Amino acid sequence: MRLLALLIALCAAPLAAQERLVLGATTTTENSGLLGFILPQFSAETGIRVDVVALGTRQVLAMAANGDLDVVIVHHRPSEDTFMAAGDGDARFDLMFNDFVIIGPSDDPAQVATANTPAQAFARIGAVGAKFVSRGDESGTHLRELSLWQAAGLTPDGRWYSEVGSGMGASLNIAAALSTYILSDRSTWLSFSNRADLTLLYEGGPELRNTYALITVSAARHPHINARAAHLFAQWMTGPAGQAAIANYRLNDETLFCPITPQAGQQQGKTCAAGQN
Amino acid sequence: MSAPILTLRNVSYIVRGARLLGPLNLTLSSTGITCILGPNGAGKSLFLQLAHGMLNPDSGQILWDGAPAAQTRQSRGFVFQSTPVLRRSVRANLAFSLAARLSPRKGRAALVDQALNAARLQSQAQQPAAALSGGERQRLALAQAMVAQPRAILLDEPGASLDPASRRALEDMVRQAADTGTKVIMATHDLAAARRLADDVVVFVNGAVAAQGPAAEFFTAEHPAAVADYMEGRL
Amino acid sequence: MDAMATAFGMLIGFDPTLWSVIGLSLRVSLSAVLIATLIGAPLGAILATRRFVGRQALIVVSGAFMALPPVVVGLAVYLLLSRAGPLGSLGLLFTPSAMIVAQTLLILPIITALTRQAVAPVYRDYSGLFKAHDVAPMMALRITLWDARFGVATALLAGFGRAISEVGAVQIVGGNIAGVTRVMTTTIALETSKGNLELALALGMVLILLALLINLAIIGLGRIGQRFEEARL
Repeated sequence: MRLLALLIALCAAPLAAQERLVLGATTTTENSGLLGFILPQFSAETGIRVDVVALGTRQVLAMAANGDLDVVIVHHRPSEDTFMAAGDGDARFDLMFNDFVIIGPSDDPAQVATANTPAQAFARIGAVGAKFVSRGDESGTHLRELSLWQAAGLTPDGRWYSEVGSGMGASLNIAAALSTYILSDRSTWLSFSNRADLTLLYEGGPELRNTYALITVSAARHPHINARAAHLFAQWMTGPAGQAAIANYRLNDETLFCPITPQAGQQQGKTCAAGQN
Repeated sequence: MSAPILTLRNVSYIVRGARLLGPLNLTLSSTGITCILGPNGAGKSLFLQLAHGMLNPDSGQILWDGAPAAQTRQSRGFVFQSTPVLRRSVRANLAFSLAARLSPRKGRAALVDQALNAARLQSQAQQPAAALSGGERQRLALAQAMVAQPRAILLDEPGASLDPASRRALEDMVRQAADTGTKVIMATHDLAAARRLADDVVVFVNGAVAAQGPAAEFFTAEHPAAVADYMEGRL
Repeated sequence: MDAMATAFGMLIGFDPTLWSVIGLSLRVSLSAVLIATLIGAPLGAILATRRFVGRQALIVVSGAFMALPPVVVGLAVYLLLSRAGPLGSLGLLFTPSAMIVAQTLLILPIITALTRQAVAPVYRDYSGLFKAHDVAPMMALRITLWDARFGVATALLAGFGRAISEVGAVQIVGGNIAGVTRVMTTTIALETSKGNLELALALGMVLILLALLINLAIIGLGRIGQRFEEARL
C-alpha cells in the first residue's frame, strides 16, 4: 500500500513548494476571465498560489461543506445562507455584482422588451409559450431564473421549455441555434460570439442584480483548511486592491463586474449603473 | 532379465466411477524399444501418461529404477501425437526443453546443436517452429524429449498423422535414441513399424494387458482371440 | 477553420499553456497505465493460467467493470479522497495524484481482462508442452507472458486510450485547475461549455494526433522487439 502511494507520488511529481489556497468559484466568474486577471495580482503581493476549481454554485458549496475548499465565490443568497447557518462558513462578504439580462430572438414574440419588470417579461413568455432555454443545472443563474418564474406566478412546463443541463456558453449556443429566450449573466453574453438571431431584450432592475459573495470556510468545522490564506484573500479581495482590480477588468471594453465598494473615477458601465438602482 | 526399469504394481485409473485402466501389474526391461499395441480406447495413452508421471494413478505404485514416478519426472521425455510448439524459433524450442530441466546455461548451445543434427533440422534452426511441416515438428518434439539426455522417452503414436516418408525419418531417430541407451516406450498402430522397431511388445485391450513378450516371438506366435482380432483389424 | 489554424499554430509555436496541458495529460495517463499494468497484467496472467476459488467471479467482474463510466469512477474517488471521506487526510484531492488514482482504477479492469484474453490462448496451446516437460509454474508464466507480449501490448494501448480520452474522472477529482490539474480533455470540455466549439474541436484533433503518435511508437517498438524473439529462458 505504501509502495503504491510512493509510486503515485513519484509519478505525479511534487508541485512547487508554494503556499496554496483552494478557491471554489462559479463557472461564470471563472469563464469571464476575471479571476485570470485578478489572481496573479494577489499572488504577486502575497506569494500565495490560488488554485481555482470552477463549478456550479451548489456544487461549490457542497464541496466546501465537505472541507475540500478553503474559500468560495458564489452567487445565490439562499444557498449561501443555508451554508452559513449549517456552520460551514466562517465569514461572508459581499464582493461584487453584475446583472442578468434577458436574451431572445430579435422578433421578440412575447414582447419582452416592453415589459415593466423581469417577472412580467417571464409571465409573457409563459403565456405565449415562447421557446425558452433553461440551464437546468442548479447554478446561480438557473436558481435566479427559477425565482423569476415563481415571481411570475407560473411553473414552466411544456415543450416550449427546455432544460439543457449545461454551462452558460453551451446553453447560449443552444438558444442561438433554436432561436429561444434565455436568461444569461451579462459577462458571458458580452463575450459570446455565436449570437445568430439573439439580441438583448431586457435589462436593469433590482430583480436582475446578481451579487457575488466571498465566503471563507470555517476552520472550526474543517481544521485542516488554509485559514490564514483564506482570510488574507478575503481581506485583499474586499479591500482597495481587490476592489480596484475588479473594476479594472474589462472585456471588449466593457466592465463585467462591479465592485461592492464603488471606485471613484471609474467609468460606469451599464453593469454598475444597473446595479445601483 | 536384468533389473526392470519400470514396474507397475496394482495400478488403476478411475474416472467418474469407471475403471479405465487396471489393475495393472507390469514390468519392462531397462533397454531397447517396447512397443505398446492395442485398439483405440484400450488405455495405451493413459498408460504412457501414468508411466511418465504426468498423471497420478488412483491406486498402486509406479516405480522407475525403484523410485516413484512422480519424483523422477525430469529424467523422462514425452512425445505426443501432435505437439504444440512455442511461438519461437526451432532453436529456441530446444533451448526451452533444456531450461525446463534446469540444465546449466553454459552447455546448452552445444546440446542444442547436437539435437538439431540428430533431428536433421539444422537448416531450419532460426525459423519459427510453427513453420515446420508435420513430420519436421514431430522430429523437433522427439529432439526436445532427447535433448536433456533422459533415461527414458515415451511416445504416444508419434507418427500417426504423418506420411510414410516422414514416419520413416522419425523411426530412424527413434532407433538412434535407443542405440544411445535410452529406454523407448512407444504406443503405435503401425504394426509394420512395430515389427521393424520393437524389441518387446505389450498389448492392451479394455484397460488390461492382454499379451506381453519379446517381439521376435510375438509376431510369429499364435495369440489369444482378442489380440488376434486386433492384429487382423477386427477390433 | 480559424480555430483549427489557431490550435495547430499553438502546437507548433510551442505555446507554453498548451504544451503544459499536453504534458500533464501524458504524465497522468502514462502513470495510470504503468501502475495499472503492474497490478493488472500479472492478475490477468494468473486468471488465464491458474484455477482457484473465485476465479470465475473475478473474470466476470473485471469484464463488467470495463464499462465503468469515468464520471462514476471520478465520483467514487472524490468521495474517497474528500476531506469528509475516509482517505481525506492524505490531502490528494485536486492534485495530479488524485487524477492518477482515478484513471488507474478506471483502466485496471481493461488491462486485466485484455491481458487475460491475450494470455489464455497461448497458455492453452502450451499447457500440454509444459506438462510434458514438467516446467516449474514461474517459468511457465514467464514464457507464456513473453510469447503473448503483443496481445498484452494491445491491452496496455487500450488502457492508455481509455485514460487519455476520458474527462469525467479527472474533472471531478482534479478540479480542472488552470496550470495544476488541467488536461487536454478538460480543456476541451471547458472550451465547449464556453461556446468556443471550433477551438474545442481543434484541440480534440490535437489529442487524436497525440494518441496516434503514441500508438505508432508502440508498434514501432514492437517491430524492434521482434528481433529479440527469444527471451532469456
